[in-house]
Amino acid sequence: MKKQLSFIFGLLMLAISQAQAVLTIEITQGVQGATPIAIVPFAWAGNNAPPEYMNKIIAADLQRSGFFNPLPEEDMIATPSEAGKVNFADWRALKVDYVVVGKMIPQMDGSFQIQFQLLDVYKGKQLAGYSIRSRKPNLRITAHQISDIIYKTITGVRGAFDTHIAYITVTKNRKGQKLYRLAIADSDGFDEQIIYESTQPLLSPAWSPDGKRLAYVSFFGGRPKIYIQNILTRKTEEISGFKGINGAPAWSPDGRRMALTLSKDGNPEIYVVDLKTKKFTRITHQYAIDTEATWMPDGKALIFTSDRGGSPQLYRVELNRQSKTIGRPRRLTFDGNYNARASVSPDGRRVAMVHREQGKFQIAVLELKTGRFQILTKSRLDESPSFSPNGTMIIYATEDKYHGILAEVSVDGRAHQRLSLQNGDVREPAWSPFK
Amino acid sequence: MTLRVYDKYDLTTKVKIMGKGFKYLLIAIFVVSLAGCKFSPVKNRVSDKDAAALAAKQQKQKEAENSAQDQRYGAEMGGSFVGRELEDPNSPLAKRVFYFGLDSSTLSPEDRNVIAAHARYLSAHPKVTVVLEGHTDERGSREYNIALGERRARAVEQLLLVQGVPSSQVQIISFGEERPVALGHNEAAWRLNRRVEFLYSGY
Repeated sequence: MKKQLSFIFGLLMLAISQAQAVLTIEITQGVQGATPIAIVPFAWAGNNAPPEYMNKIIAADLQRSGFFNPLPEEDMIATPSEAGKVNFADWRALKVDYVVVGKMIPQMDGSFQIQFQLLDVYKGKQLAGYSIRSRKPNLRITAHQISDIIYKTITGVRGAFDTHIAYITVTKNRKGQKLYRLAIADSDGFDEQIIYESTQPLLSPAWSPDGKRLAYVSFFGGRPKIYIQNILTRKTEEISGFKGINGAPAWSPDGRRMALTLSKDGNPEIYVVDLKTKKFTRITHQYAIDTEATWMPDGKALIFTSDRGGSPQLYRVELNRQSKTIGRPRRLTFDGNYNARASVSPDGRRVAMVHREQGKFQIAVLELKTGRFQILTKSRLDESPSFSPNGTMIIYATEDKYHGILAEVSVDGRAHQRLSLQNGDVREPAWSPFK
Repeated sequence: MTLRVYDKYDLTTKVKIMGKGFKYLLIAIFVVSLAGCKFSPVKNRVSDKDAAALAAKQQKQKEAENSAQDQRYGAEMGGSFVGRELEDPNSPLAKRVFYFGLDSSTLSPEDRNVIAAHARYLSAHPKVTVVLEGHTDERGSREYNIALGERRARAVEQLLLVQGVPSSQVQIISFGEERPVALGHNEAAWRLNRRVEFLYSGY
């Protein structure tokens, strides 16, 4: 039954999103035992349709998290818009734990006052109530902020709905050439903006910790170089254009340094560059592939991919503040003969990676303290995992009917959904930090 | 004949309409056409979309392997291809793409022999330069594949350098998995994508 609901919900989302989204989301696996919640349509006094259906955006957010199972609108027997008009017995009969009611009030200046209340059905009391002023292009963002408040109030964990994802799309231009685009969108795939495009390969987008800039690798000019681009001003700066590979940029948590891969010494090695002084410090010294460095949240260690042991595995090396290594790199992964492209959870407790199992490439998670290793996905070409900034979800790239698509999985592996582009391929998702 | 190039999008559109059986038929037709076509020699580099040129290359390779012995003999006799060897479909130099096993950057003994012929050619023609492009199949992580593609290109470069080719004549670049020649998602395609390509200029 739950699965059916999820499916209907997925279809609903698809229909809604036709209007403006380039990415569409489909819930592929709902979660048994997710908390039932009702997001009642917000009251609207205007003659025309409301500028946004806030309740639908919020319900979709909560559904995607895997923690909630929103009640379909058609199952609601009443649509109150404020706490005083809620008959809790109605909602208990529907076996709903929480109800969200609200209204949108148009203001003289063209903005909207948005009021909402989150109610506990069984205790019969209000848990949260806010009034937010917003205006037209920002209404979806306001809805995501409401989702964040609901999520935090009930689960105790900060919500990550009001965030962005960056990704690469590949389509064909009119001449039939491949067109690579770096795009960002809201975390639900809406409001896509193209940041950069090129007919040459484009890869490895990485967010600055302040969320204002993206680093990426572009083959513009015939060979790979690393650039940093400001999202707002579009101003671009070349960071690294040495002979050979310039790849895998990763910002340090304080935003002052960047780890990257250079092969100017003869084979791929990890370096750290100070973004202010442009001083490059070599981290690895190995006649093997060393690449895909990522930082621990405290900025005191890097986790990277190396095949120094004969197959690609993840290693960890400690760094001091001057980017000098402390001790030798230590191997982290021992399950199977392919573990690469680490993404570290924001609390530093887990590492997601690309893991090969019987010829299939899947997303796996290693718990650093316990060594517990869990494979989260089931397809065969999964890559580029990236944690949500609250650490509850992982977005990654996969394929569906020969298309590159994005997918999300909850860290416990229970909730799954896919984001697909209407044509062409989507790949290399990177989840933004909190705003 | 001309060979229709099915890209990812075309193929899936057709699969949706026609169903699974048709997909395999398409792949089969594609593979058969690769094997059966006759082409004129290819002068320019092979772009990632140009499956026809790929087929031409393979045809040339086959011919080159068959007649490598005759050619060498002909060249010793002051044969007519001196200076234009790169355009001669019967020369060992016509083989410009070398394939690799999964996760591997090891060249077969046959390929090492052909690369030795390229080394002799480059040594004899100091104005000719070559770019060695390393590629991988689509599986696994992208940046690791960039590194793996470079390792393949470097393996070929090393063979050239140890045979006396000045390093100024050789450049390497890796595209990792970004520029497949075969667009399928199975071992038949992956095998063709794990490769190093010779791109000559200045001849």
